[in-house]
Amino acid sequence: MFYIYCPYCAEYREEEEFHPKGQAHIARPLDPMATSDDAWGDYLFFRDNPRGVHHELWVHAVGCRKFFNVTRDTRTYAILETYRIGEQPSVTADSVSTGSAASTATLTGVQA
Amino acid sequence: MQRYSGFSLVKHALSHHENWQRHWRNPAPKKEYDVVIVGGGGHGLATAYYLAKEHGITNVAVIEKGWLGGGNTARNTTIVRSNYLWDEAAALYEHAMKLWEGLSQDLNYNVMFSQRGVLNLGHTLQDMRDIQRRVNANRLNGIDGEVVTPERIKEIEPALDVSARARYPILGASWQPRGGVARHDAVAWGFARGADALGVDLLQQTEVTGFKMLDGKVVGVHTNRGDIGAKTVGCVTAGNSGTLAKMAGFQLPLESHPLQALVSEPLKPILNTVTMSNHVHGYISQSDKGDLVIGAGIDGYLGYGQRGSFSIVEHTLQAIVEMFPVFSRVRMNRQWGGIVDTTPDACPIISRTPVRGLYFNCGWGTGGFKATPGSGNVFAWSLAHGQMHPIAAPFSIDRFRTGALIDEHGAAGVAH
Repeated sequence: MFYIYCPYCAEYREEEEFHPKGQAHIARPLDPMATSDDAWGDYLFFRDNPRGVHHELWVHAVGCRKFFNVTRDTRTYAILETYRIGEQPSVTADSVSTGSAASTATLTGVQA
Repeated sequence: MQRYSGFSLVKHALSHHENWQRHWRNPAPKKEYDVVIVGGGGHGLATAYYLAKEHGITNVAVIEKGWLGGGNTARNTTIVRSNYLWDEAAALYEHAMKLWEGLSQDLNYNVMFSQRGVLNLGHTLQDMRDIQRRVNANRLNGIDGEVVTPERIKEIEPALDVSARARYPILGASWQPRGGVARHDAVAWGFARGADALGVDLLQQTEVTGFKMLDGKVVGVHTNRGDIGAKTVGCVTAGNSGTLAKMAGFQLPLESHPLQALVSEPLKPILNTVTMSNHVHGYISQSDKGDLVIGAGIDGYLGYGQRGSFSIVEHTLQAIVEMFPVFSRVRMNRQWGGIVDTTPDACPIISRTPVRGLYFNCGWGTGGFKATPGSGNVFAWSLAHGQMHPIAAPFSIDRFRTGALIDEHGAAGVAH
């Protein structure tokens, strides 16, 4: 069970209030008609699916109903950071592998 | 290979059952194989078995990082059926169903395949329209199936609450009498024993750490027990397929999710069939040991932890108690999770890849067990011929770029 910090409500809430919505930071191609089939297929169907640090979109479905981003480890299920839409993550796969994550992550969730 | 029979049982009884042959050898890896199968689950072992048996290719290794059949093969809820909507998927699952029907004889190993029938319940008018459409499509494809009324459902499965008092009253169901369950471990062990007897090397505790390439063609694999050469490599690695594809330098349209299942304490026989409900979202059958075997939906987030969230267990049991109020005080014994590799269209990927000689059979998502023999059979044919089997051809990775998806979300049994 996750205990998730909603960056809009500024509170920890139980997982049941939220829904995961897949990978975060996927930009829709600006000119779909000019996009090749390969690039459109990538946009629609191909996801990173990493074993490790993953940036994902969640919605606070029965709370404030806002979308926000979560950085989570898909092996340990530990939530490393939550941040608002439009912001960039401060914890990434690179920062975790170099060991700087623990100091920069300000909002840590309780792991499952 | 020692064959099993009533006579052999009597013969071995005389020596107190102490001289039974081991199921398979534990060989050291050779330098090179014609075909290397990565992943020693049911699908991988079936592939090796059919390669040796039907195509005479016996210089084959199955590489497994843990133990045989220790992943999703041992974690699923063992349901077998073939009532899929679209022609491509129906052909694939029905091919498997026909192999299931002769599998115990073929393998000389009792896989305890029990055709006790599968009910897919409908609770809304739209459910019933979808069920009628799917059953009609099944029958046109030569797959057994009928639409049954609540009265008939009550005859088939008396413990089910078909009354109008239910929160989600049952309006009808699709009924596939040839569906049922099989013993999941026995399927892996039977294929492993059969493959081993035909000369396939089963390499356990051997983890693939990378692929050896030469001019865009795969020539072997790196493992924690040294390099192993291969002319052809087939990856059948379920939830880990995305990781392996990354090692080979390309991406697969897969997302790995935890899928949980649970079993109850053993009860006296009460369930006759497999009952699934898309709408209240759960499925249940009773094992020969007496436990209720229960499953439902995936956890919505990505995860490789082979465990999921507690809330999903609660939802699953709510669904079961909605269908079977009589089970409201049954205690659950064990709960676990497996990592399923889901695709955008709920159909598998059986395909060539951008790397020559490297094939993937993955993306079975939440319902791969039922296809085990069929998947191995068509994948073995494809590896042996260097081209995709006609049944496997529509399941190419290319469909996610051409748009020729095979959308089986409806017939995947429960909504995920």
